[in-house]
Amino acid sequence: MSMTADAGAILPGRGGVFGALSDLFWRKPKLLVFLMILPAVLWLGIVYVGSLLALLLQSFFSIDDFSGLIVHEFTLKTYAELFRAQNLDIIIRTVAMATAVTIASAIVAFPIAYWAARYARGHWKAVFYLGIMLPLWASYLVKIYAWKLILAREGILNWIFEQLHITFLLDWWLALPVIGGNSLSISYTGTFLVFLYVWMPYMILPIQAAIERVPVNLLDASADLGATPRQTFWKVIFPLALPGIIAGSIFTFSLTLGDYIIPQIVGNSQFFIGQAVYAHQGTAGNIPLAAAFTVVPILIMGFYLWGARHAGAFDAL
Amino acid sequence: MRSSEPRAPLGLTIAAVAGLLFMLLPLALIFLYAFSTEERTYRWPPPGLTLDWFRVTWGRVDVWQALTLSVQVASISTVIALIIGTLCAAAVSGTRFFGRETISLLVILPIALPGIITGISLRSAFNLMDIPFSFWTIILGHATFCVVVVYNNAVARFRRLHGSMVEAAMDLGANGFQVFRHVILPNLGTALLAGGMLAFALSFDEVIVTTFTAGQQQTLPIWMLEELVRPRQRPVTNVVAMVVVIVTFLPILAAFYLTRGGEQTVSGMGK
Repeated sequence: MSMTADAGAILPGRGGVFGALSDLFWRKPKLLVFLMILPAVLWLGIVYVGSLLALLLQSFFSIDDFSGLIVHEFTLKTYAELFRAQNLDIIIRTVAMATAVTIASAIVAFPIAYWAARYARGHWKAVFYLGIMLPLWASYLVKIYAWKLILAREGILNWIFEQLHITFLLDWWLALPVIGGNSLSISYTGTFLVFLYVWMPYMILPIQAAIERVPVNLLDASADLGATPRQTFWKVIFPLALPGIIAGSIFTFSLTLGDYIIPQIVGNSQFFIGQAVYAHQGTAGNIPLAAAFTVVPILIMGFYLWGARHAGAFDAL
Repeated sequence: MRSSEPRAPLGLTIAAVAGLLFMLLPLALIFLYAFSTEERTYRWPPPGLTLDWFRVTWGRVDVWQALTLSVQVASISTVIALIIGTLCAAAVSGTRFFGRETISLLVILPIALPGIITGISLRSAFNLMDIPFSFWTIILGHATFCVVVVYNNAVARFRRLHGSMVEAAMDLGANGFQVFRHVILPNLGTALLAGGMLAFALSFDEVIVTTFTAGQQQTLPIWMLEELVRPRQRPVTNVVAMVVVIVTFLPILAAFYLTRGGEQTVSGMGK
């Protein structure tokens, strides 16, 4: 609704309360706008952002070692605690996992996105749409549950390895340090697979959107100028798809950093940042440390977004 | 225009189809397991197929209670999100005012930040304000991140709605409320329906924020989480998992058909 008409136009007044109100709003459009955004500002701006800031503020408090009570005095002690070996391990573990998941999902997602954007026609378009949307919108917990079924010792994956007589491959993999473990469902490999699966649609969609926006005549021009399909791909399509990959990586990276349910259900008992936050605010009652831990993903994502903006990913969003 | 229809290289097709199978097979597995006769393990292949677990699940009070709570929470949060989101979208798309960009950011923030941060902030805010955890605290949490879906859908539609139509209606003597009722609402209808359904699906599935804002109540995802951490009766979980997939997927399909006119808001969102 553009409210550009001259408020001084000669119009008969409208009758009734509603009429009077709408005349008032017409004369004072700012009042109407104010009333319209009021609920959102009250709830999101004051309560939500307020509680976010309150939480961040708590990270500058500390906990008394003897009484276990929160000391309401400004200190950086809690942040220093993040650099203790055990806490630093948690941060490094989480960032490493997020990096691995992001790289792997870009590799798996690209062919799907590329096919969906460039070659899918008719029925295939619908198939790809469903293939991406179904997993995106299917319940998060159900997706994790599906992987619990798959990775279980008596589950389908072990069965397939058995049928193909390659169980030794699986055993070899599980015997590897760090990524191995007693079984797939209690190893980093398992956690990684579930993360990869659950965030995959968030990587596919931006890449697909970026490739769809590449004009066909650019590709024709490239071919006319003598480029082979391979050259066209690396010199034209890929650079234009890169912002899509970066945009997708923002999702996969940030979602992995903040998640605490997946590593709790599939994985060994080593903590990730989300679990540390959950444990410290819950049973341990150490809200300052929990708050300091939440600052870590926010900071990392801040840098990440800054870098992404530098790389021009936002122009493609 | 010479838009040649090139054939995809074989390697690419294989990679794409394999990727799609990776995305879809785990969900198919959920459907299969719901019929498995196996009771104690996740054994594959299922020793036999049965419909019996549907009967057992049907008789489970805790499942029904969790489902009812989830539906109630999702419905009320959706209504709140519809009101706040639509008003906000109307304000942002209709006019330019100071802080307009901030409002957009504000609406997106709850879904852009990791759920755990939203959850803890709200929890400590409720504690600070001495609000006991209840049905309503769950709703407040859910409405916070449902607004953005409605907002996105409504903003996209407002962009297509011409201001001249509103002005014409007012010139013909309609007051603001009549304009809203007879001009804006019919134009906005399907976008709101789609946004509402997505908000419903989002709320119905939400678990992270809920674990922080719920007291003793169990929504369906919380029930499911309990079963994942400490499995009690696996076949019942299998059946519930299948039903949840169906319930969340139907609104998505419907929203897709309602907004097919190029807005593509279904794809942009998700948790």
